[in-house]
Amino acid sequence: MSAHVRADRDVCIGAGNCVMTLGSVFDQDDDGVVVVLQPHPDGVDPELLQRAVVMCPAGAITVTTT
Amino acid sequence: MADVLTDRLPLFPFRSPDEDPFTPVTTADRRHLDGPVTRVRLPTGGWTWLVTRHADVKQMLRSDAFSADMTRPGFPLLRTPPPATPQNRRGGFIRMDGEEHLRLRRMLTAEFMIKNVRRIEPLIADVVDGALDALDGAGAPADLVATFALPVPSLVICHLLGVPYADHAFFQQRSAVMLDQGADPLAVRDAATSLRAYLGGLIETKRTSGRPGDDLLGRLVSDRIRTGELEIGELIGMALLLLIAGHETTANMIGLSVLLLLQRPAVWQRLREGTDADADTLVEELLRYLTIIRTGLPRQAIRDVQIGGRLIRAGEPATALLSLANRDAEVFDDADEFDPYRQAHQHLAFGFGVHQCIGQPLARAELRIALTRLARRLPGLALAADPAALPKRDMSIVYGLAELPVTW
Repeated sequence: MSAHVRADRDVCIGAGNCVMTLGSVFDQDDDGVVVVLQPHPDGVDPELLQRAVVMCPAGAITVTTT
Repeated sequence: MADVLTDRLPLFPFRSPDEDPFTPVTTADRRHLDGPVTRVRLPTGGWTWLVTRHADVKQMLRSDAFSADMTRPGFPLLRTPPPATPQNRRGGFIRMDGEEHLRLRRMLTAEFMIKNVRRIEPLIADVVDGALDALDGAGAPADLVATFALPVPSLVICHLLGVPYADHAFFQQRSAVMLDQGADPLAVRDAATSLRAYLGGLIETKRTSGRPGDDLLGRLVSDRIRTGELEIGELIGMALLLLIAGHETTANMIGLSVLLLLQRPAVWQRLREGTDADADTLVEELLRYLTIIRTGLPRQAIRDVQIGGRLIRAGEPATALLSLANRDAEVFDDADEFDPYRQAHQHLAFGFGVHQCIGQPLARAELRIALTRLARRLPGLALAADPAALPKRDMSIVYGLAELPVTW
């Protein structure tokens, strides 16, 4: 099982919940728009990844598991 | 819109029970709510769908089927709007939809992101310590709202924006009028007009001086006004929004939080002795349990949409009731109980969707720093009044306490 994290930068509103939840996977650029630091985060708690998804107010984050 | 059917609906906004300022609805109110999406009567004579479940509130606030534009006919208003003054609405992006809203919001996102808030945490700590020095120096008893809860976020937002705190009496009084649902519409218009004139003067000074200053308004003048991306009227509206939001929200969270914590000595002690991570967990539960945006978030459907099994038709008003969504037993065990150790991160106290509070990292940092330092500096803090008799702001968009008498 490995997770693939994507973020839609056109949809992002810069609320920063993803960074608050998982600062090792998500960051914000100089404009406050989401940046995925680890598209394939190994060893990250899947529950926290899921939390980042449900807490994104704009629905910008998707995590697929293969 | 008033009709016989509407007259029979329960009146919204609800009031806290007298004996319990933390609970957003009385038992009688709950009895009147006949489902998760239910109609209520508004003081302006109209009605609105009240959306009360966590999942439904999230769906509604994420959906582009709803408009946030209060000027639309049929929008659910809690008070008679002031006479139309289009200039007073410019830049107020929380009442805009789609690209118009995003364009202005995106100019501010970097200012409030977590890494920038972390940089100003020492400033917040200095502001908090300064307020505590003044409070302790003046001696007990004191009104904690006037001496601590309001000045702390006020000083912080003034510093961030580049607004002189010396003018605080002027803008705090007008800010309170703008949020008071019981205020006279003409007084609301006059408050908005005079605040805009004041902020316009400040911005003009920054624009015409050679150095606009290293503060938020100064940066927007340098980076956006001079490039033509933003107009002065829009910047004034954005500044007004941030000034008001920065004042009332965190101030009322601090006041209510202190009232609650002083009635729970074990939690107060843990705040004093625990880690920052403990305090962060506590702050999330305070945000959930207190939900100061008590009158909810008003919207209007712009097309037919299903919410919680109800068809809300195009043109109908709907209000997302954050306070009840945050007490939804489907999401939070024992939702009506305050549990400082629960994981309350799913709360909707900052709203949801594209309008979710832009200042939430700042609000969280202010709450953690203010409450922790207060508990450590004044461990013997105690209420100096009957909690049930404290004056509450039931009719304000931002719920809270008008006063909090304390001693130590």
